[in-house]
Amino acid sequence: MSDFGVVKIMGEETDVNMHVPVPPHREGGTAFPSPHDIPAGHHTKPSIDCAGEETRDLAYGLLRVLNDDDEAVGEWNPELTPDELRTALEHMVRIRAYDDRMMMMQRQGRLSFYMKCLGEEAVSVGAAMAMENRDIVVPSYRQQGLLFVRGRSLVDMISHCITNSNDNVKGRQMPVHYSWKEGNFVSISSPVGTQFPQAVGAAMAFAYRGEDSIACTWLGEGTSAQGDFHYGLNFASVYQAPCVLVVVNNQWAISTHRNLAHGGPSFAARGIPYNVASIRVDGQDLLAVYAAHKWATERARAGHGPTLLEMYTYRGDSHSSSDDPSIYRPGDGYENWPLGDPVDRLKAHLVKMGEWDDARHEALQAQCKDEIIAAYKEAETHGTLKDGPFPPVTTLFEDVYEEEPWHLLEQRGQVGI
Amino acid sequence: MAQMNIIQAVNSALHNMFERDETVVSFGEDAGFYGGVFRCTSGLQEKFGKHRSFDTPLAEGGIMGIAIGMGMNGLRPVAEIQFADYIFPGFDQITNELAKLRYRSGGEYSAPVTIRTPCGGGIKGGHYHSQSPEAYFTHTPGLKVVICSNPYDAKGLLISSIECNDPVIFFEPKRLYNGPFDGDHTAAMVKWDSHPKGEVPEDYYNIPLGKAEIVRAGKEVTILCYGTMVHVATAAAENSGIDAEVIDLRTLVPLDIDAIEDSVKKTGRCVIVHEAPRTSGFGAELMSQVQERCFWHLEAPIQRVTGWDTPYPHSLEWDYFPSQERITEAMRATMEE
Repeated sequence: MSDFGVVKIMGEETDVNMHVPVPPHREGGTAFPSPHDIPAGHHTKPSIDCAGEETRDLAYGLLRVLNDDDEAVGEWNPELTPDELRTALEHMVRIRAYDDRMMMMQRQGRLSFYMKCLGEEAVSVGAAMAMENRDIVVPSYRQQGLLFVRGRSLVDMISHCITNSNDNVKGRQMPVHYSWKEGNFVSISSPVGTQFPQAVGAAMAFAYRGEDSIACTWLGEGTSAQGDFHYGLNFASVYQAPCVLVVVNNQWAISTHRNLAHGGPSFAARGIPYNVASIRVDGQDLLAVYAAHKWATERARAGHGPTLLEMYTYRGDSHSSSDDPSIYRPGDGYENWPLGDPVDRLKAHLVKMGEWDDARHEALQAQCKDEIIAAYKEAETHGTLKDGPFPPVTTLFEDVYEEEPWHLLEQRGQVGI
Repeated sequence: MAQMNIIQAVNSALHNMFERDETVVSFGEDAGFYGGVFRCTSGLQEKFGKHRSFDTPLAEGGIMGIAIGMGMNGLRPVAEIQFADYIFPGFDQITNELAKLRYRSGGEYSAPVTIRTPCGGGIKGGHYHSQSPEAYFTHTPGLKVVICSNPYDAKGLLISSIECNDPVIFFEPKRLYNGPFDGDHTAAMVKWDSHPKGEVPEDYYNIPLGKAEIVRAGKEVTILCYGTMVHVATAAAENSGIDAEVIDLRTLVPLDIDAIEDSVKKTGRCVIVHEAPRTSGFGAELMSQVQERCFWHLEAPIQRVTGWDTPYPHSLEWDYFPSQERITEAMRATMEE
């Protein structure tokens, strides 16, 4: 008993109490709410020089191109050729094979850590295919698809993840924190959201030089609660920076449901008050992802300013190799995701067009698996996590500064190198 | 040669660098059209255009974020943080991103960003316009930390900072902007035009980072200091009659350890002076370095004269600000041993 009498239990006998949101469901077998009922082809396509505010319907709606009959419909249909569609499918199947293999290796103790992008393959593949390789990408940690589309060597990617002597970041980062300057893929960092204003700065540098390259960056919906999200959006708006800012709304930030990231109806809608063109996109629909990025990229390239894209998707697996999602979310969430799976949907579209079939799909899956196994073996010739060889100990002191100052030389001497 | 104060010297350095290198850009809150609240970026926008010297939203985290992005994409940004007290919203971008970019990318990416920021007290600025946060940054590998004490050095060191391919935090002691300050707040304001370091070439020159300067040679005790304290310590030496050697460190990272070691081994006594609070201040690092290298040459325990471990006060500023008297007392304490 306190000095003030009976302590009132929060929420009892009053209409006023502190609201703490909880996920709509943590158990399986539950239906997901709207906006999934917006049909493909619903939205009109504004001109690339429209005012940001003119995209309000797109920000609150959902851009979809593939309909329930696996056909591409509407003004946003990017009219990709069958070859282009097959290329996109191949990338997604290859990413999935890579992720599966890497997670398996992690479970065997051959990687310290891993993060899959199951369910989000179209988000990065569609983006990368809509851009040029000269465009700078400043990614978060689930856009490995960018590297596949831009043609990075699998051996080099795996070498980084097992931190062997061929790791181009010299064993300094956890797995999946890729850096690939040749592919204009900026080094990934773990503090979430910092990349947003950085991408805006990179875009401003392009504009400063009068180049028509753009910058594109990604963060998760959970990260959109960070100040950096606002910094990025606001600076992009103020300077009309040629960039594409992407919120990957995969519903979950580890165990934190998206309804804890913000209280509004749509992450894309947060761009409208900044007068930034904003589109919510069905992230399971490769054609919609591609079309949205193509529109936003052309808009930025032509000097009409930034675009905010929300990729409405679902994190198909755990956050990383370190968490068990069965503790905090429905076990059948991904199977029940009403917008489906990006590989299944693109495959169905190609089959419907008569440009693909089950046999070819199975052959592709087998081929990708073999490629990954071969690349993994080759990567291990440069060293393994368990036995090395690792980057030489001298690299511990290198790259802190361009040249090693005396105090680092002295410390290097103290470890005898 | 021209007579300049630190504001004019910083401005001159920026003009020189804007002329020499078109990848150099400058930005910050009120730093474009208005030329900065202290006028350090004055005239740049008028002469070079608003794409090279521009105003930013009031968001230090955003300023640091775009500086990094510009730096990694071919520019050489000079970002102004209006007061060092306001650098903390950008702390994550500076310490986790800017400082680590080269290392974490295996040397693939780097960002040659210079952060200019006025620091220190003595202007009745209270605790949000007087702080000296240098130690937070000296503790972060990947950053270089520079602090000037006069117009000539300000220009030469700033040019070296901008040319440096590593990120540099460049502190400008705001009490020194318009004139040297010996700690006597009751005395009439002194201007730089009567000081030899107020003579500043209008043309380009640089002063290498990592080099301290002996501003007063002496034999009895070494005073290690930087920023405004260089002038307070020098005055303490002159007025006390103690033959102190005053070393202006100029760069805190990388430190000019040879200059420190040579002097302390010669004098056998050491006093460390800074405005920032004592606990975990940069003086603690200096004391460790001197102890490790000069222990057998020391005649007495090393003394520290610092701000107190309190927030920086407003009305009691002169009870906080290290004074000539406190420095003299510390010197005497080392001499009595």
